[in-house]
Amino acid sequence: MAVCVAVIAKENYPLYIRSIPTENELKFHYMVHTSLDVVDEKISAMGKALVDQRELYLGLLYPTEDYKVYGYVTNSKVKFVMVVDSSNTALRDNEIRSMFRKLHNSYTDVMCNPFYNPGDHIQSSRAFDSMVTSMMIQVC
Amino acid sequence: MEAAAGGGCGSGPPLLLSEGEQQCYSELFARCAGAAGGGPGSGPPEAARAVPGAVTAAAGPVADLFRASQLPAETLHQITELCGAKRVGYFGPTQFYIALKLIAAAQSGLPVRIESLKCELPLPRFMMSKTDADIRFGNPAELHGAKVQIPYLITEKNTFKRMDDEDKQQETQSPTMSPLASPPSSPPHYQRVPLSHGYSKLRSSTEQMHPAPYEARQPLVQPEGPSSGAPGAKPPRHQASLIRSFSVEREPHDNNSNYPDEPWRITEEQREYYVNQFRSLQPDPSSFISGSVAKNFFTKSKLSIPELSYIWELSDADCDGALTLPEFCAAFHLIVARKNGYPLPEGLPPTLQPEYLQAAFPKPKRECTLFDSYSESMPANQQPRDLNRMEKLSIKDMADFPVPAQDVTSDDKQALKSTADEALPKDMSEDPATSKDSNSLKARPRSRSYSSTSIEEAMKRGEDPPTPPPRPQKTHSRASSLDLNKVFQPSVPATKSGLLPPPPALPPRPCPSQSEQASEAEIHPQLNRAPSQAADSSPTKKDIPYSQPPSKPIRRKLRPENPAPESQEPSSTVGGAASAVTGKPHTAVQKQSSKQKKAIQTAIRKNKEANAVLARLNSELQQQLKEVHQERIALENQLEQLRPVTVL
Repeated sequence: MAVCVAVIAKENYPLYIRSIPTENELKFHYMVHTSLDVVDEKISAMGKALVDQRELYLGLLYPTEDYKVYGYVTNSKVKFVMVVDSSNTALRDNEIRSMFRKLHNSYTDVMCNPFYNPGDHIQSSRAFDSMVTSMMIQVC
Repeated sequence: MEAAAGGGCGSGPPLLLSEGEQQCYSELFARCAGAAGGGPGSGPPEAARAVPGAVTAAAGPVADLFRASQLPAETLHQITELCGAKRVGYFGPTQFYIALKLIAAAQSGLPVRIESLKCELPLPRFMMSKTDADIRFGNPAELHGAKVQIPYLITEKNTFKRMDDEDKQQETQSPTMSPLASPPSSPPHYQRVPLSHGYSKLRSSTEQMHPAPYEARQPLVQPEGPSSGAPGAKPPRHQASLIRSFSVEREPHDNNSNYPDEPWRITEEQREYYVNQFRSLQPDPSSFISGSVAKNFFTKSKLSIPELSYIWELSDADCDGALTLPEFCAAFHLIVARKNGYPLPEGLPPTLQPEYLQAAFPKPKRECTLFDSYSESMPANQQPRDLNRMEKLSIKDMADFPVPAQDVTSDDKQALKSTADEALPKDMSEDPATSKDSNSLKARPRSRSYSSTSIEEAMKRGEDPPTPPPRPQKTHSRASSLDLNKVFQPSVPATKSGLLPPPPALPPRPCPSQSEQASEAEIHPQLNRAPSQAADSSPTKKDIPYSQPPSKPIRRKLRPENPAPESQEPSSTVGGAASAVTGKPHTAVQKQSSKQKKAIQTAIRKNKEANAVLARLNSELQQQLKEVHQERIALENQLEQLRPVTVL
């Protein structure tokens, strides 16, 4: 369903970014980058309330004419950004949430690996790759 | 199909093949052609039937062979076109040979052109998958009955060396190995992916790596540890020496077990070795090895970090960042296999699954009994390990792991408790407990929820450190004083002249306030009454209570509604200073008498001040709401005025 999935570290550099149409990748990179501002805005807006109540799912960050961008942030300020095709109107919020939850689970599994240094690119985890592929491949 | 099969053969470009290539290609061709006849579902047999005169290779096996060369699909299409098969519609010998040569060229990095055929090239390399081998090339009976014999083409020079090994091995192996005595001139039949390929190449062709489990031999390293021996030692050397040492253990009946993946089966001797190693890291075999300890240990094997990372991913079934004994054995075994040149499998083989390992090897239970004496030392050992694990887990993503961390600590607590009691029966029950735990651990992290409803969350809450101390109340006297500014109506001073009216502009006076704390005592009653006024007000300048300033130093807060009082504050500072002096003679007396009450009254005062702050906020917001309402009404009026005009 997603056309682009990105995992962004706390310092706002990408740990993992992958998009389905491998041409025109730069456009998605740019989209993800601009969405970081929106993510920060949402985080700070929520931060005024008690931190405990902060929800991890940020929802629709911003829509463009072709795509919609959804965001999710973990407690350690690692952000997941997902770009989905606007033509997939059947995608409901719950589905996006479950996709983010899966992403989060896989991410923590990668973290559990002691050979993974936090802050590295996530390139060696096949389970993570296959999970992302399963999320993306349904489009085509 | 053109009947000019003979013509088709000669229509290709001239092909010069070396001896080795000739042999190789003819073998392959025979295999493809033979399989075409043998395989029921193979390729379009009509191609073969259409040209009864010439021997052709059916497209099916040929396609599989080409795919096994691991070239991208476009390259293969190019090759097929170039070699003329598309043109003539079938793979005659010439076409096939050309195609093979082009594959070799492509694998060596040369462009796929006719000119490449003229070069000296190594033999093409093919990696077969098991299913292909099964259907097309091998006899399934052979695969399972014998130590698997899958034909591979290896181009390295040590192919011949391997043939020597093969001969040696035939001596030591059981008679079921006799199929290996097939003509030594044929290319070696063991999938020994040369380590020189580099791990990256293996990784890229993982979907075709199934051959590894079906390796004929099970070259398991001798129990001298993974770090011994050259890490990159040539596999054949290992093979030869290891096979001799393990020949005793190569029992024929193993072949007929349910799991055909021989290399992934752990023998007794290996198992013992692994358990010993586990014990060296963690005395209690029913407990965990933390991630960092395991990392240090496995790094000694000198495998690359991505490989170790992948091995960990395979073996840590419940993804908790720690290894139980079966997980550790699986990981160790994978490392051992990898060091011997086996490519790592796609998924954890069934023989390495934790449940299987625990069921297959009841030995650890027996060994547990030996650890009764360790029970005293265990708590001590475990706690540092717990701390280690907790520390290691407390990287910045600690917040992401409330569940695994809690599970681990709870399991350890169980272990601690059990060992403190009767050791033997508890130890026996621990193993199933740990296996259940590992299973449940596997299940539990899956149920990680980031809302606050699961049991794990409750556990986490229960074990969390006590809630942080309550927030210090808003006791900023500066804020409070400003609040009191707002709180009091302009009319208040008139009605409550007895009270000390709020100072609309009190100077920020940290020093006087600290020295004049005692004077707060008499101010308290007045303050207590003051906050009871909750309303917006513009502060009055005249009502500066001179005894109040010491207790309420103000720091200016920007209040849009009240710029005025702030300007008045400087003027009141002078007045405040004067009052401070007069307050001093009182303080000596007050201090002695009211020290005990001071604390309580301070608290009360602070509470009141907090109330005042909130009340003020409330009133401010209500005022804003009123203003907004008014604006809205005004706009609606305008709209109504405009509307009749347009309706007409």
